Amino acid sequence: MLTRQERSPIVPEEETTTKYEIVVNEDWCKGCGFCYTFCPREVLEKSTTFNSKGYYPPEATNIDRCVGCGLCEAICPDFAIHVEEKKTKTTTKRGRK
Amino acid sequence: MTTTPKTITEGEHPILDYIRRDRLPHIFCSACGIGTVLNAFANALRSLNYDIDRLVVISGIGCTGRASGYFAADGYHTTHGRAIAFASGVKVANPDLNPVVISGDGDLFAIGGNHFIHAARRNVDMLVLCINNFNYGMTGGQMGPTTPDSAITVTSPDGNIEHPFNLVSVAAASGAVFVARWTALHARRLTKSIEKALQKKGFKFIEVISPCPTLYDRYNRHGSGLDVMKKYRELSVIRNFTDPMKAEIDYRTRIVCGEFVDTEKPEFTDLLAKQAETLQQR
Repeated sequence: MLTRQERSPIVPEEETTTKYEIVVNEDWCKGCGFCYTFCPREVLEKSTTFNSKGYYPPEATNIDRCVGCGLCEAICPDFAIHVEEKKTKTTTKRGRK
Repeated sequence: MTTTPKTITEGEHPILDYIRRDRLPHIFCSACGIGTVLNAFANALRSLNYDIDRLVVISGIGCTGRASGYFAADGYHTTHGRAIAFASGVKVANPDLNPVVISGDGDLFAIGGNHFIHAARRNVDMLVLCINNFNYGMTGGQMGPTTPDSAITVTSPDGNIEHPFNLVSVAAASGAVFVARWTALHARRLTKSIEKALQKKGFKFIEVISPCPTLYDRYNRHGSGLDVMKKYRELSVIRNFTDPMKAEIDYRTRIVCGEFVDTEKPEFTDLLAKQAETLQQR
């Protein structure tokens, strides 16, 4: 049993959740396939539509699985893909259930 | 010294500060590893917040010779094989500048082989990034000093009978203070090695093994550039600080990667300035 002093009031806490967005510059992509082959979380897939030069750029079909490691950004030879961080603040009630 | 202005707007690639965006998309073939190396170098500059006004990117002739034109820093596209000679001149004339040589295996080790070993012997402060694709790509895929035994190229249609250079071994034996080898697949580790090398003083050498899907890998039936990268994933083993003599590149057994040498040695321009000072006092 907690004493009166040990008990703390239930204060809503702010929590930040991070989500990631993958930006593809389709006109610069040369369809080498490095990004969707070596993505460790299988976020990216080969697109079904081609760009103006006839290459198939990547498509982020499983964006919820992305952890923002940035391997696609590091391995891309054409500077055509990068990962952007989106931070959102949500208020949650923490305390007794 | 001024610092690099941050002009990236939202939705743009974060390294475009260091790259001339009016030159993009670049000329390299689809699945060529040179673009990945440029990306790794630009990423290393970004994470160090490197002063681009003191950086000079120098390259020779060949596919990789185009590299100097893509950076927003000062650059020289030099004559064939003379990139290291130009870089030595830049460093001796103005020791505040930091020359970085980005060039290919043929340019650095066949045409410019002597410049390489003597710059390494003198320990002139520069970073040499050698992109090794085992042949002369721009002129049509002739065999070069790094073409492996029995590999097929335009000028060795029945298999190469010459023994290749082991570039990391040459660099270590010539006296480089930092020697590393990575493949284009190891983009992250390569970036870390470039960061480490840019903070060191002396002659630093990094070899990057890159696919050449249009010529070398097509003649030798290695498949597309993507297949070659998958092969690197299977074959590459990381052995840091192993003897560079034993670091072999073999498409049938293994490709030894890692940082092989990391030492300290007096640097050439420092010694030159010290000697000039003592002579003036005499």
